[in-house]
Amino acid sequence: MTRFSLSRWLGILIKEFIQLRRDRLTFGMIVGIPILQLLLFGFAINADPKHLPTAVVMAEPGPAARAFVAAMENSGYFDVRGRVSEDQAAQALARGEVQFVVSFPPGFQRDLVRGRPVAIAVEADATDPLATGGAVAVLNQLGGELFARDLPGRRVDARAPVELHVLRRYNPEGITAYNIVPGLLGVILTLTMVLMTGLAMTRERERGTFENLLATPATPFEVITGKLVPYVLIGLVQVILVLLAARWVFDVPMLGSIPLLFGVVLIFIVANLVLGITFSSIARNQLQAMQMTFFFFLPSMLLSGFMFPFQGMPEWAQALGSLLPLTHFLVLVRGILLKASGAALLWPSIWPILLFTVVVLAVGLRTFRRTLD
Amino acid sequence: MNLPEAVIDVRGLCKRFGDKTVVDGFSLQVAKGEIHGFLGPNGSGKTTTIRMLCGLLTPDAGEGRCLGHDVLRESDAIKREVGYMTQRFSLWDDLSIEENLHFVGRMFGLAGRRRRVDQALDELGLGGRRRQLAGTLSGGWKQRLALASCLLHEPRLLLLDEPTAGVDPKARRDFWEEIHRLSAAGITVLVSTHYMDEAERCHRLSYLAYGRLLTTGSGADIVAAQGLSTWAVSGDGVERLTEALRQLPAVEQVASFGRQLHVSGRDAERLQAALEGFVDAHQLRLAAARPSLEDVFMHLMRSARDPLEP
Repeated sequence: MTRFSLSRWLGILIKEFIQLRRDRLTFGMIVGIPILQLLLFGFAINADPKHLPTAVVMAEPGPAARAFVAAMENSGYFDVRGRVSEDQAAQALARGEVQFVVSFPPGFQRDLVRGRPVAIAVEADATDPLATGGAVAVLNQLGGELFARDLPGRRVDARAPVELHVLRRYNPEGITAYNIVPGLLGVILTLTMVLMTGLAMTRERERGTFENLLATPATPFEVITGKLVPYVLIGLVQVILVLLAARWVFDVPMLGSIPLLFGVVLIFIVANLVLGITFSSIARNQLQAMQMTFFFFLPSMLLSGFMFPFQGMPEWAQALGSLLPLTHFLVLVRGILLKASGAALLWPSIWPILLFTVVVLAVGLRTFRRTLD
Repeated sequence: MNLPEAVIDVRGLCKRFGDKTVVDGFSLQVAKGEIHGFLGPNGSGKTTTIRMLCGLLTPDAGEGRCLGHDVLRESDAIKREVGYMTQRFSLWDDLSIEENLHFVGRMFGLAGRRRRVDQALDELGLGGRRRQLAGTLSGGWKQRLALASCLLHEPRLLLLDEPTAGVDPKARRDFWEEIHRLSAAGITVLVSTHYMDEAERCHRLSYLAYGRLLTTGSGADIVAAQGLSTWAVSGDGVERLTEALRQLPAVEQVASFGRQLHVSGRDAERLQAALEGFVDAHQLRLAAARPSLEDVFMHLMRSARDPLEP
């Protein structure tokens, strides 16, 4: 057997370092991924989300109700987005724009002062049980404390008869699978669609067949869209599999329109495919395309509201998350399956995906090289 | 209009990659039906030039026409009428022979594609193996398939980039017979090669080095233009005397051909005198030889200066 040779071993080591240094993108990823992801996710992710957007329905404003709202804000868990009508509140909850709707009944102030039992209704979007848990616990405490302290001298004793009716909407039992399984649909599609098309063009380039393709009169639009269609079908097969499992294995409710669901799924698939093919025309080889995919996939997982409550993230992280198609797709798929939301209601989450697709496609067509220059 | 129609007519083509000029001021005219050989060492710019001619690379400077279309602006029109065979096999390994041909046919929007593919398969003699994956073919068959695929859309101009590299002699011979048949049918062929026997089969030749066109003409013209005298030196141990021969006055080049040495120089009289003395002293044989294309090309190469070296 040949003995271990230090100089041979060093030779291999040095060669590897040189090659790593030459591959700029890989080098950037080695440094960039940890720093960026650490900063991004270290600050953005919060398992006990605070500052949850809350709508207030107040039939008759009064000092007691206002004091309660102020106390909610002071707790740090609620961000009151103003007073709205009952209809507006219901719509905002369905769209996922607010996490809570707090309603004070008519005559709240009067009844309270007269010592009659009063009730505050709290509707929570419990699609994601994680997002509401902490806040609801705080709310329960608030009710008792507040009125004991803030209404001294009135005919209100320490055990104020304020009841809090918490209604967990959409997922009353707080079953995590109801939230995760529809979300997984988006995550699976993001990874497979971007990755598969990401490799589509770089594979041609690596094998040398791209030169042959370029020598034909095929246009960039023909090549890009022609390569997409087979993957749309693959994506639809995946969707059907996940939905069947969701229905029969996880018992996820499917309250909304299934054709609408497939409509938004199609839009989402195309958005991811277009992104993949754009990566593909930017990357020089398959490895780079793969790296780009993961660079996109990680924030999609973590900042979209899939793993952690979206509303619980700081605003800058939410702004970043809003750029990702998955963020909007999660609202759509959960909205359709769990809330039975319709197309008109969901439009605010549909157009961002369409816009994303158009912008990325434009970039892809621009960067697609028709020559070998 | 007796003038032969120029299929390729380009002037001053330049291509730079970064700060490296790969092709510098390339001008060429190729007539219809001509087989034009493209010679030069590796890295001399042959592939880059061919890619510029078929629109795969955009020239940084220069102008001209290919099949009557502007090389800078009408690369789409050029692509439709040119058959380009890449240096490396670039059909799809994971498609069958038949599927590759159908794909290429669809890309060019061929009418009667099925019939033309079947015909191409018959001519190739691959009808029985039409379902075999292209990646599993041997080098010679890959080359024939590649040629068939770039002939499918009946191009008027063939650009062949080292089509016979790594192909056995029999396949090469068959290949060249096919090229001559196509040329007789009026198809113009520009073919790059490193083989001198293939160069001899071309109507005209161009020789490139360091991105510049050094000479163009028929083989005989190029040989004559260099004004080289060549002598064949043979005998026992002649291989060991190469260095000594190089030191002789008037000797510009010594190259081995089989077991002989070809000694060349432009000053015929001084060369002959020097060689006769040397041959007598070392008991070798001396015979006048006709300078071959290879002698001439090596001489051209030697006299061209690498612009990257001081």
